[in-house]
This record gives sequence, structure tokens and C-alpha cells, in this order.
Amino acid sequence: MSDTGSEIEEATEHTALMDGHIAEARPDRVIAERIAKKRKTKSDNQRSYGSVEGISSSGGAAGSSGAPNMPPQPPPAEPQMEELELKYGARHVIKLFVPVTLCMLVVVATISSINFYSVKDVYLAYTPFHEESPYAVTKVWNALANSLILLSVIALMTVLLIVLYKKRCYKIIHGWLILSSLMLLFLFSYLYIEEALRAYNIPMDYITLFFGMWNFGVVGMIVIHWKGPLRLQQAYLIFIAALMALVFIKYLPEWTTWAVLAVISIWDLIAVLTPKGPLRILVETAQERNEPIFPALIYSSTVMYCLAAATPGGAAEETAEAAREGGRPVSAGAAQSESAGGDAAGFDAAWRARASGGGAPRRLRVDGAEPARYTTRVERSEPPRAPQPGADDEEKGVKLGLGDFIFYSVLVGKASSYGDWNTTLACFVAILIGLCLTLLLLAILKKALPALPISITFGLIFYFATRCVVKPFADALAAEQVFI
Amino acid sequence: MTLAEFFSCSLLAFGAPLVMFAFTVANDPVRIIIMIAAAFGWLLSFLVSSVVWYAVVPLRSYLAFGMFFAIIFQEVFRYGMYVLLRKTEAGLKEISENHNIGSNKLEMAYVSGLGFGTMSGAFALINVLADSVGPGTLGLYTGTEYFFVTSAAMTLCMILLNTFWSVIFFSGFDDKNYIKVGWVIVSHFFVSGLSLLNSKELYVATILPSYIVLAITAYIAFRTAGGSTRSLIQSISSRS
Repeated sequence: MSDTGSEIEEATEHTALMDGHIAEARPDRVIAERIAKKRKTKSDNQRSYGSVEGISSSGGAAGSSGAPNMPPQPPPAEPQMEELELKYGARHVIKLFVPVTLCMLVVVATISSINFYSVKDVYLAYTPFHEESPYAVTKVWNALANSLILLSVIALMTVLLIVLYKKRCYKIIHGWLILSSLMLLFLFSYLYIEEALRAYNIPMDYITLFFGMWNFGVVGMIVIHWKGPLRLQQAYLIFIAALMALVFIKYLPEWTTWAVLAVISIWDLIAVLTPKGPLRILVETAQERNEPIFPALIYSSTVMYCLAAATPGGAAEETAEAAREGGRPVSAGAAQSESAGGDAAGFDAAWRARASGGGAPRRLRVDGAEPARYTTRVERSEPPRAPQPGADDEEKGVKLGLGDFIFYSVLVGKASSYGDWNTTLACFVAILIGLCLTLLLLAILKKALPALPISITFGLIFYFATRCVVKPFADALAAEQVFI
Repeated sequence: MTLAEFFSCSLLAFGAPLVMFAFTVANDPVRIIIMIAAAFGWLLSFLVSSVVWYAVVPLRSYLAFGMFFAIIFQEVFRYGMYVLLRKTEAGLKEISENHNIGSNKLEMAYVSGLGFGTMSGAFALINVLADSVGPGTLGLYTGTEYFFVTSAAMTLCMILLNTFWSVIFFSGFDDKNYIKVGWVIVSHFFVSGLSLLNSKELYVATILPSYIVLAITAYIAFRTAGGSTRSLIQSISSRS
């Protein structure tokens, strides 16, 4: 169970990172200037942390808001880049809509066809109060207590993660991530398939099942942690997010789910926006080190834009060694493209291996979903002159943490579990609009923003409003065949 | 049987809008965003009208009352969409890759109307469709067996009407031609009012006039958008 907590954390973190880094496109110079101002305050601390290997890319810096290191300032590209940034705005939004929609679809389809996920029997260890009392007051109290417990676990995990990251315990973090994705890909997928087969009454022998599971899991591990076709990786990340969402829906008590959604989005807000917010520190540190995030945590959209060779100079930032980890196939030389900030965000996802540490014997080990970030990369046709360590891929564009996927899907899935499609649809549209607004804000503020608060707030408002007020009206209209 | 009914009804209601979406909206990100924003606008209008209907307890059983306010609010939000789109036109053009997006002013009207209509159609029908899958169906014991198919037909009518209404409505405000705006509102009241008869199972009396209004509205929208008989023939023949 402890894992669960970690997952949540991860999720949160991701969320935080979900930055539509549209901003990345910005000219380095502008960013650099901006950063320079901020830097004065921040740089000292950051430097102390350690070596900044690469120069952080400007884009990332912008995204993270507190960009530590100076991004190299490649002068030339500015105007163009500015334009491009705007230009790709709409496309970025859609690039986010599609995976979010797919993830929700998987969850909603599962919830409405497989009974298992909407039946409440066992609960997570983190939610000791099971809301069995008939009194509403007690239920509310239980839900709040549960969600606060979950939140504190998350906060703890986040701090742990930051400490690990600061101490450069990459091995531990990687191990943790691999362990978590292993659990998700094998154990939870197995549970999922078993329930699906049962729901559809399909007989299958264990040999076939294990053969299939083995292949599925191994391919998933390879694609997520090493390399593979981008589409496949995205598909796996979406599936993992959907699985996590299903786990939350299944194992959290009724009202706790809603309380958790509310509390998490507030936490997201705090963690990303306050000066000492954990996620923010993470982002800044990653940027400072000019590191991409662990590949497992990154959801990258495959879009590669040819930014035009015209801007080669701009690319100047050296990606530095930064890219190392991502086995990403795409090599975009452009340093700018790597948005450090974004990467960092993805990073949060660190899975907390804490389960083991936690001591809580977990019945279920829920792994955190990896935060996927949705990344859009810019591919430069010309390699920037800077010596890039190879082909790193930089990620550029809008990034959405896997955690956002999870919680969006939890909301929509939970809404659909009551069987009213209007509510589901209302929540879906509300979340998409919230995402749009977040991206709009991102374009305006040009810093990392939490993706959960606006969307989840809209989603919650529409869920409760639709359920209480709109549904009776809509049902009456449909029954009488009155069309408005 | 119920499954066949489900598919035929869903395709009847949403087939045409789906094709319109696929051919005219889906390949342009900005249009998708506008469509979702319009859907959200409709959702808000429906929320507000539901609150009014819900708050006035004594009149809750009279759907005509709720319908009246729902129409008012829909038109108000349609106007809101109009204002919003006209204000953000420049911005939208910037974020779009397709720089021709504003070349026809009614393009956005069409897209937002489609979003408006699709959402209203979805809200009207989606739960009915979910029930139509079975295991039971209507018309065996009580009720009429035409319930699903008439609902789907009316839904299609409303989706298309909303699309055309938005085109006419936007152009009416653009040109200060308030007759067009008046037509939109009057025909909206007319069609919705007619649908009150559905509960008496007078389907011919509701669906036929509704589709006549739809045809008239489509014609007006077509002319408004600058179409003519010749251009219509051309657009059909040039492909072949």
C-alpha cells in the first residue's frame, strides 16, 4: 500500500510539471535575460548543489520559472522562435487532448464494462476510515481524514525524492522506478486482464495468458525504460496511467476519492507555485543539472517540429551531457528544446519504492504511475553548433505529468461509475476546458504550472452540479422527449 | 435487436455531425478548441437553466417552463460565444497554423454551432442510447416503440439546427441584421415548443414541421454563408 502513496506523489509531481512548455519556444535570449534577473536571488543556492553539467536550456528555465543556470544565450533565433511558440500553441493543446482523452476512454470503458472496479470491498492501507457509517457528518470526517493521511504520505515521499535527487542517488531512484513499473506492468495488468476475461466470460489457459503477459510486460519495460517506438511508449504510458486511475477508483472509499481529488489539486498548487514548494525545487534542481528526467517518467509526444535551420545559432545551448538518460531516439540537437523544466517535472514521478521502507505490508502494491510527460520536441534540422553530446533528445513543448492523466481519469471514471453518461460527459468537457485554460495561462505566464487545480475544480463543480441539478432536468427532458 | 437499435439510433443522431466533424473540424487544432469551448458554453447554459428549473419548485413538473428558460439561456450563451470569438479572433489566428482561419468570418460560427449542437444532442440522447442497448426495450408493454428512433431523429434535427442557427446568428450580429437573429430565436422556440407534443406521441406533428424548419434554416444559413445554387452545383460537380 505504501506504494500507493508514492504513486500519488508522483502523480502530483508530474502534475506540477505539466507545463505546457509552449514557452520553451521562446528565444533564449529573452529567457536568459529574465532568468538573469531571477538568478541573482537564486543562483547561489543552486550552485551550491552541485555541478551543473550542462547549461540549462533556456526553454526549460523558462518553464521552471526559477531557472538556475544561465542558459546560454543564443542570440539569433529570437524573433522566429517567438512566432513559432505562438504558432504551435494550438497544436500542442490538441497533442495533450488526445492522450488525455484516450486515457479517460480506457478508464470509462473499463468502469462501465467490468464490474470489479466499481465494487468496494478492500481499501488501501492509507485510508483507514472506511466510511461505513450511515451519517453524512461521519463520512465527511472520514473522507477528510483519509485524504489528509494520503496527502501527508505524498508530501513525505516528495521530500524523500528530493533528498534522493539532491544527493544524486540516481541508482535508487531508477531502481524504484523500475520496480514500480514492473509491478504495474505485470501484477496490475494481470489483475486487469483477469477481470476483463471474467467480465466477458472468456476462457483462457494459463500458458497463453502468461505468454501474453510476459511479452506485454517485457516490451513495456523496454519501451519505457530503454527505447522503442514513440507511439508504443506513449501507449504504454497511457495504459499505465489508466491502470493507476482504476486502482484508485477501486481502492479508495467513495467520498475519500472526491476529497483526495480536491486535496491533491490544492497540494499541486502549493508544491508548484510556492517558492519552497517541493516540486518547484525538483524542477529547479533538474534544470540546474541540465538533466532530463528519467525516461520512464516522460511521456513524450512525438511531434517533431522542424524549427528551421534558420535558427541554428539559437540552439547554442549545449545540451551538455544532459541528455544521457533518455534513450530517446529522437535526437534533437537543439539545446533549447530540452526544456529542463519540463524534464524535471517528469522526474517527480519518482516512484517511491517506499513501500519497502514504509513497512506497511502492502497487500497490493500500487506503483505510482510514472509520470509521463507529454513532450513535444523540437527537432532542429541543423545540429546546433554546440557540441552536443550526442543525440539527446530534448524535449520541448507541452508536458503533462502522468499524474495529471491519472487524476483526470479518476475523476471521469468515478463520475461514470454512477451510470449517468451526462455527468461523465460534463466532467470530460470541463476537464478539457480546464486544461485549455491552464495552457493559456502557461502561454501567458511562461512558467511551470500545476495542471490539476483548474481542471479538477471544473470537473468537481460540474460533477456535483450535474449530478444534483442537471441530471433531473435532463432526465425529465429526455423522458418527455422535449428538445431544447 | 436492442443492439441494432442502439447502433441505428446513434448513427442516425450522430452520424451526420460526426462526418461534419471529421471533414471540417478534426484536422485543425484551433477549430477543435473552439468546438470544445462551444460545448462548454452550452454546458454552462444548461447548468444555469437547470438551476432555474430546479429552484422554482412549484413549476418543476411543467417542462415548458424549464424549456423557456433553457432557450433563453442558450441564446444568451450563443451571444456570449459570439462576443468571445470576435474578441479572440486575432489571438486565435496567431496560434493557428492555418492562417486562413479567419478568412471566412462564419467559419468559426459554424464550428462553434457544431460544438453547441453536438453537446446539446449528446445531453439529450446519450442516456437514452445507453438504455436502448437493453436488456429491455420500449413498446412491448407500454410506451411506444418509436421512442428511440424519434428521439434520435429529433436530436439530429437539433444538432443541425444549432449549427445553422449559430451561422445565422453570428452573421446577424455582424451585419446588424436583427431579422436573422429574430429568426433564430423564433424558430428555436417554435421547434422546442413543438417537441412538447412528443409526450403525446404525435410524432408526425412534431418531426415533420421540425425538419421543415431545419430545411428553411439550412437554406438561410447557406445563403448567409455566401452560397448560391451555382456554387453548390460546382462544389458537387468539380470533384467528379
